[in-house]
Amino acid sequence: MTVALVLAGLLAAACVVLVALPFLREPSPRVDALPSPGELAQRQLELIEERDRSLAALKELEFDHRTGKITDADYRAVVGDYRRRAAVALRALEPRLEEHPKRVRARD
Amino acid sequence: MADLGRAALIVTFGLVLWATFAGAWAARLGRRRLADSAANALLAAFVSTGIASVVLLGALVRHDFSFTYVADHTSTRLARAYSVSAFWGGQEGSLLLWLLVLCGYAGAAVLLNRRRAPDVVAWTVPVLGAVASFFAFLLVAVASPFATQTAPAQGSGLNPSLQNPYMLAHPPLLYLGYVGLTVPFAFGMGALLAGRADERWIVATRRWTLVAWTALGVGQLLGAHWAYVEVGWGGFYAWDPVENAALMPWLAATAFLHSVMIQEKRGMLKVWNMLLILLAFGLSLFGTFLTRSGVVNSIHSFTQSSIGPWFLGFICVVVAGSLALIFYRLPLLRSKTRLESLVSREATFLYNNLLLVAFCLTVLWGVAFPMLSEAVRGEPRTLAGPYYNFFLRTFGLPLLLLMGIGPLVAWRRSSLAAVGRTFVWPFAVSVVVGIVLIAAGAGSSTAGLLAYTFSAFVLASIVLEFVRGTRAAGSLLHLVSRNRRRYGGYVVHAAIVLLAIGIAGSAYGSTREAKLLPGQSMRVGGYELTYRALGDTRTAAALERRAEVDVARSGDRVATVFPGKNAYIAEQQTSNEMAIYTNWWRAEDVDVIADQMDPKTGVVYFKVLVKPLVNFLWIGGVVFLFGSLIALWPDAREQRRLVARYALAQS
Repeated sequence: MTVALVLAGLLAAACVVLVALPFLREPSPRVDALPSPGELAQRQLELIEERDRSLAALKELEFDHRTGKITDADYRAVVGDYRRRAAVALRALEPRLEEHPKRVRARD
Repeated sequence: MADLGRAALIVTFGLVLWATFAGAWAARLGRRRLADSAANALLAAFVSTGIASVVLLGALVRHDFSFTYVADHTSTRLARAYSVSAFWGGQEGSLLLWLLVLCGYAGAAVLLNRRRAPDVVAWTVPVLGAVASFFAFLLVAVASPFATQTAPAQGSGLNPSLQNPYMLAHPPLLYLGYVGLTVPFAFGMGALLAGRADERWIVATRRWTLVAWTALGVGQLLGAHWAYVEVGWGGFYAWDPVENAALMPWLAATAFLHSVMIQEKRGMLKVWNMLLILLAFGLSLFGTFLTRSGVVNSIHSFTQSSIGPWFLGFICVVVAGSLALIFYRLPLLRSKTRLESLVSREATFLYNNLLLVAFCLTVLWGVAFPMLSEAVRGEPRTLAGPYYNFFLRTFGLPLLLLMGIGPLVAWRRSSLAAVGRTFVWPFAVSVVVGIVLIAAGAGSSTAGLLAYTFSAFVLASIVLEFVRGTRAAGSLLHLVSRNRRRYGGYVVHAAIVLLAIGIAGSAYGSTREAKLLPGQSMRVGGYELTYRALGDTRTAAALERRAEVDVARSGDRVATVFPGKNAYIAEQQTSNEMAIYTNWWRAEDVDVIADQMDPKTGVVYFKVLVKPLVNFLWIGGVVFLFGSLIALWPDAREQRRLVARYALAQS
């Protein structure tokens, strides 16, 4: 009974320490805000997802065309739209894409 | 040590409550340290639940009968492995396993994703915490595995049918599946609470969903094999409510795994995906409720208990709350793209989804009907096998056909010319197979004939996909390693075809029953069975009575089998021990059941079943696992692409 209670007490104390760890590690941080993408960053993320989706679709379309799953006519009818979508997303992301490698280099 | 177990569960309860309320508060106000603290609480809850589990396991292995649970589910005669499996052999222990797996999943999922999607994870933590709080509450206040008593000299033992090697793996796998569906559900709801309609919740949970779905699938197949070899009635699935309880979330998760691909590739079906993951999670809770409340009669369910109303209340809260949240966030979930053609890959996925959900809801109706009829008419009315088999044929055959059509159709749209060109070989193969089967006499069952013809079509389309893909990619290894989900998925489709072949085989089986004296014979399905003698063997756990039966085909003895019964001493229960002879050349089993054995006269009542193609089910299970592992295998290129994507978004 006593051993069990001591062990239970130790367990509870260890859990409390683990739960309090973020506060113990940073008692008075300069910033305590949860990193959250603002409206602009959220829009950026959606554009990146749209770009990736269009590029992946283009790749898949090429593959389906090579394997004979779609005819030349079907391919021509669809490929233009995917390219346009990817181009729109890439254009909208252009300033960000130019900035990004510089930031990465700066961090290095 | 029971005190330590009880205390550990109280600590867990406190931790998951903290994860729920502090997590929600932190997400609402955007407090980073508080959100990290709530996430840490989930990790700590895994540790404390782990300690509670170790305490219970220790008591089970030591046969410490001062634990009521241990005395109720083990005896000193029970083998060590089954003492361990008694952990999930009873209600309280299985609830503890639920909580342990949930805390493990929750801690790992949050740890792996909190840098990539911190705003979504901040809201996911309280959802996971709330589900864990419910189970921790049950274990602390309603069904504690740490209740104690004055230790009796001997325990009641474990249900004999659970004393089987399959029971070491089948229930934990089902739990990994049931509980695993909590992760995509929590991330989906977390994304809605955070007001995020992007794909991060899907990317974060893709593998978790696949792991849960695979575990649920393999768990069910192991359960089917257990029923086949252990329960002793010659079948592998009886549409039992508890078996259906595992099938329903698997069907909903299968639909989700397909429709989520449409969201990833086309940005469509966002509302549908939220509804599907809610359905899958809700059904996993419903399945747990069915097993534990005692509201249905099943060989798998636990006895009537007090936790049923709690479960029902929790399911209602989860479903109502989630539906309200989805409705509130509808403007966020509007798709920007639309279905362009009814002949396209996404259209076949949609048809597949509708059939899967329709079948799932049909099974749900069949499971709920006895409860509803009892509530309305005062007496339960059960929907039996013919009801389910009718809908299995109605929805299963078109689903099988769609598995062959889907891979042959391109995304967005396919012209009839392209469809005609890609269909030529699979169609020709299926027609040839159909003609051969009719000539071989398989036309006696229309459903069986259709199942085999469609199976041939699907297998041909899969082979064609691999051949064309390998030609285009240069090598098979290159093809599969670059498209693991797609080609792993095709392997899983091949496994489903093998399962369909195994299930459809039962339409061509033979059964015969006869009362025999030693020396007498019976014929069934081309086999001659001769009953030789009856004998008893006493082991530490049971009295084993066996009939010796020679199996012969075309005049040659091919095997001697020993069907019979075990009378378990501690449990005071009897189990059927069916004997199986597998003829690998003919791809069929001969199942021999011995009943009403009279040791004085030697008379035995035999039931013999010849089951063609039944072993395709178990081979299909291995292929299913193999395909799932291919789809699950980490893809370093994709990981790098995702890291770059989110780094760019956050820069």
